[in-house]
Amino acid sequence: MAVGPSATVTAAGLQAPTAQDAAGAAWRRLGRLKWGVGGAVVFLVIVLSAVFAPVISPHDPLSVDIRHRMAPPAWMDGGTREHLLGTDQIGRDLLSRVIWGGRVSLLVGVTAVLLSATIGVLLGLTAGYFAGGADWSIMTVINVMLTFPFVLLALAVIAVLGPSVPNMIVVLGITGWPVYARVIRAETFALRERDFVVAARALGMSHARIIFGQILPNLISPIVVVATLQIAQVIILESFLSFLGLGVQPPTPAWGNMLGEGRVYMLNSWWIAAFPGLAIFVTTLVLNLMGNGLRDWLDPHMKL
Amino acid sequence: MRRYLVRQLVQLVVVILGISILAFSILHIIGDPVTLLLPQNAGKEEYARYKHLMGLDQPIWVQYWKFASSAIRGDFGKSWYGNAPAFHLVIDRMPPTIYLTLAGLGVALMISLPLGVLAALKRHSMVDTLCTLLAVAGQAMPIFWLGIMLIIIFAVRLRLLPASGYGTWQNFVMPAFCLGAFLAPLTMRLVRSGLIEVMNMEFIKTARAKGLGERIVVVKHAFRNACIPVVTVLGLQFGQLLGGAFITETVFAWPGVATLTVDSIRNQDFPVVQCAVVLLALIIVIVNALVDVLVGFIDPRIRAGA
Repeated sequence: MAVGPSATVTAAGLQAPTAQDAAGAAWRRLGRLKWGVGGAVVFLVIVLSAVFAPVISPHDPLSVDIRHRMAPPAWMDGGTREHLLGTDQIGRDLLSRVIWGGRVSLLVGVTAVLLSATIGVLLGLTAGYFAGGADWSIMTVINVMLTFPFVLLALAVIAVLGPSVPNMIVVLGITGWPVYARVIRAETFALRERDFVVAARALGMSHARIIFGQILPNLISPIVVVATLQIAQVIILESFLSFLGLGVQPPTPAWGNMLGEGRVYMLNSWWIAAFPGLAIFVTTLVLNLMGNGLRDWLDPHMKL
Repeated sequence: MRRYLVRQLVQLVVVILGISILAFSILHIIGDPVTLLLPQNAGKEEYARYKHLMGLDQPIWVQYWKFASSAIRGDFGKSWYGNAPAFHLVIDRMPPTIYLTLAGLGVALMISLPLGVLAALKRHSMVDTLCTLLAVAGQAMPIFWLGIMLIIIFAVRLRLLPASGYGTWQNFVMPAFCLGAFLAPLTMRLVRSGLIEVMNMEFIKTARAKGLGERIVVVKHAFRNACIPVVTVLGLQFGQLLGGAFITETVFAWPGVATLTVDSIRNQDFPVVQCAVVLLALIIVIVNALVDVLVGFIDPRIRAGA
């Protein structure tokens, strides 16, 4: 903001913000966002390493080498530079498996979130815009589903469908939608009485055009924020299901099933369980930082 | 107050109905109990005979009615695996789960109340920043991994605590901490934001203007009011807490409902799974309703409003 020295005293006698103040505010804003930006950078690295796993991983994640099994990480006694994070119970390179494991987690996380966001946004818009009976029935379903622990619901459905990656995406996608629906419904409620929506109605626009053309574009920020935070939740759940042996099946490397297999060997070889878990932790951490940063950046007043 | 209670009760009934439909449809609509029960090489005739025997060739609403009417009497059928009534199997495993949940809640409050209050009173200080960092890290922590790391450090390396088992207080330490760490970040943030909001209100200024000491202002006036959102959200989060207990149990081989459910899923023992799902959901719904009533009782504004 370019404000000359003469403008520092306004008619009301108050100090108007100077250029310096504005710059300071921008810096403070960026300072607050530095965690979010940092999170986004680390997340980008994780995504890239998953995408380019075949190029960057030092070994084949499935190649068994019984002679070098349970080798400790490079910095410990008996560790080699060959296997930086050590090897697992049948001699597979842990670093390579952690890199490859990210593929499944990210794939499941992103696709499940796309699915549940689509369902949730559509139902949330319907409930918020039409109110009345539609709202009541959708809210009842939301309440029933939010009452259920997510874990329990996902487990029960997987039990019937059988464990596989597509099944897991469907289950996590379908059980995850109430979070979006609730947020979108509340926002839509607020928007439907606003002048531009009333005007659109007065102009005779169809409901579909008002909902998708007028209301939806205003909801992009909350959707992006909730979706970012939800990817982290879905990754944790996917890992837990795989950890129990009800998700991604071995030998396909996934952080969850590596953790589950490593648990058996934790008496002697802690690294087999530690590193896949660390990968889950770091990924969800940076996603949370990114989500919080996005919220502060897009709309600091958003209540999520 | 009476109208408020009636409304709560109606809501309770609707939600319970919804849960029973959900539990029923998981097995009967998504899956097919007959194929799950019969060996894979069973012929078509056997399939039809079994379907008739189990009453599965009747219309779906008749089946649902049969399921719901016996479920109300606590009859979820016999376990396909252990040949005992599913209801008894689940009820037997309930106490450990409830104790673990309560212990976890206790640990979460012990961590989050002091830290939350401290962070709120000393905003933007080092303590506040540290609490925020802890909360963000805690929320990202997969508790099954935290549990395994705790076992590796305290049971395998230091040999201070038992890695699994049930019965003594030592058995409680790691699972309770694990579950507490799961719930603490959210609670801490609630306490902090609740207290900050209350501290800016008029009645706090009045209390200060009256010349009351800061300690009394914080403890008697601010904290009590800040408790309302904390209790409400904790009540609503009870399902999540039970979900967390569920995950914790599987890590520490805790003999509760969760390990039973996971074992039953592995054995394809669906009556037990169904019964566990319905009973856990029922507990959650009842706790939620009780919390709602309790909060309405503490704070008349909520009764009148919502």
